[in-house]
Amino acid sequence: MEQMLRAQNVRFRYDPEQPVWALDGVTMDVKKGEFVAVLGANGCGKSTLAKHFNAILLPEEGTVLVEDMDTRTEEKLYDIRQKVGMVFQNPDNQIVATVVEEDVAFAPENLGVPTEEIRTRVDEAMKMAGIYEKRKAAPHKLSGGQKQRVAIAGVLAMRPDCIVLDEATAMLDPKGRRQVMQTIDKLRAAGVTIVSITHYMEEAARADRVLVMSGGRIVMEGTPQEIFAQTGRLHSYHLDVPQAAELRDALEAEGLPAPKQIITPDAAADWLFELLK
Amino acid sequence: MLRDITIGQHFPGDSIVHNCDPRLKLVATIGYVVVLYACGNAVGVALSILLLLALYAIAKVPVKLILKSLKPIVPIIAFTGIINLLFYPGETPLVSFWIFNIYPEGITFAVLMAVRILALIAGTSLLTYTTSPTVLTDAIENLLRPLSKIHVPVHEFAIIMTIALRFIPTLVDETEKIMNAQKARGAQLDTGKLGQRLKALVPILIPLFISAFRRADELAMAMECRCYRGGAGRTQLKVLKFGKNDFLCLGFCVVTFGIILATRWVFPVIG
Ligand SMILES: Nc1ncnc2c1ncn2[C@@H]1O[C@H](COP(=O)(O)OP(=O)(O)OP(=O)(O)O)[C@@H](O)[C@H]1O
Ligand SMILES: [Mg+2]
Repeated sequence: MEQMLRAQNVRFRYDPEQPVWALDGVTMDVKKGEFVAVLGANGCGKSTLAKHFNAILLPEEGTVLVEDMDTRTEEKLYDIRQKVGMVFQNPDNQIVATVVEEDVAFAPENLGVPTEEIRTRVDEAMKMAGIYEKRKAAPHKLSGGQKQRVAIAGVLAMRPDCIVLDEATAMLDPKGRRQVMQTIDKLRAAGVTIVSITHYMEEAARADRVLVMSGGRIVMEGTPQEIFAQTGRLHSYHLDVPQAAELRDALEAEGLPAPKQIITPDAAADWLFELLK
Repeated sequence: MLRDITIGQHFPGDSIVHNCDPRLKLVATIGYVVVLYACGNAVGVALSILLLLALYAIAKVPVKLILKSLKPIVPIIAFTGIINLLFYPGETPLVSFWIFNIYPEGITFAVLMAVRILALIAGTSLLTYTTSPTVLTDAIENLLRPLSKIHVPVHEFAIIMTIALRFIPTLVDETEKIMNAQKARGAQLDTGKLGQRLKALVPILIPLFISAFRRADELAMAMECRCYRGGAGRTQLKVLKFGKNDFLCLGFCVVTFGIILATRWVFPVIG
């Protein structure tokens, strides 16, 4: 079993009376253990696609497979939701309970996991997300970054194989975003498949693969280096490139050819250092 | 202003009152209120107050907190006190003026009633001070569970309670933000006639409701993503256990409540 998620020719519209397709023929796949970033302007259908991965929405045409399960099979619904965890933008609206550890226990409780095992899962998930010290705290007293990590821990307690983050860092300050990114790095090291929808190009630059969406379709696909080398095309989809790539383009325009793979601050710094030596 | 509204002010601690089984605490609190009213004599009421003070001392809840919880009900007590004083019938009036007669029986009854209301509030406050809302919700769910056999939606009530408790602080914060935003636009919330003030509330309530509905929508989706499917087949992180200490507490309650109730047959019943 190689693929974690597969979408084949998925079409979806919110209003079946109107010919407006939120997803208009999406074909993509995500390998096990891969970290895929999804980019796209507002309203291009990223969230709609994300909600297809754990059967919150079902395709009108085409199929979505999670491992080998079709998301339309009703008997498999909770197996699918357990395998693919979802984290949303606003942490406040994902936390159910009044104490951190009880919120993290919410999913295993729903799954009917025995009490002793809930305890181990909850502790494990909280340590993974780095909020174990806050386990007795009330969620509303935590910072945005901490709350979002509580939400991640709440999903991890299901022991999912894949986590889909829908702009999970969008409402956070730089510190909170860094904390969440560190947690994502940890999950990645633990072999969890990650699909991250983001507007931050610096985050996308760290992914294994980048997908660009526009008008309900996938219009570009490739490694971050490949994608961020095409500044002009990205601009046409109303997207930016990482600052390092912008610097690279600016230098190039001044007649200083820079290698295309420069997309992270570190790579830019190394190259400049070599150049100026 | 809004920050003062707290439901279930919890005062964390590690005393036996805190650690006692919440189901026992809940039932004992109800029992205490019943005994307080059923004993019907001054000695019994005095004993119940002594018991309560002792429990507060064991729980190490500061006296300041008790006074704080009693403050809001002072007007109610004053009101019922005056009504009792003026209208309680007796034999020989102590004072008479206009159409009112005040009898000595009226005075004793009014005082006893006022003291009982105070003890009632202080007693139930002890429960909320020493038990976190979440634990209390668990206890209520646990006690009512037999009712789910006759299709009373016990789990649903419990999850509604939990979510309400979880979102009260969030919505209070949000209300404050909206109020500040409207004030910045020149809304006058604290001045003007009553009608004007009520009108000024509309631009606060509408955004608040819209945002609450949006939150509810997102929360429902997040709960679905975490495999929520109602109460059936659900397990729990924390299972309530009735331990040895709880049996001791139960014995203590039975004995003290019994003594207080027994005063009814020893001393004259008032009212
Ligand atoms: N619940 C809904 N009902 C009707 N239409 C919707 C609904 N949710 C989204 N849409 C529409 O579907 C399209 C795709 O929306 P979607 O939320 O997937 O975009 P997105 O890429 O996630 O955008 P953003 O970056 O703003 O989150 C948009 O045109 C949007 O207006
Ligand atoms: Mg979106």
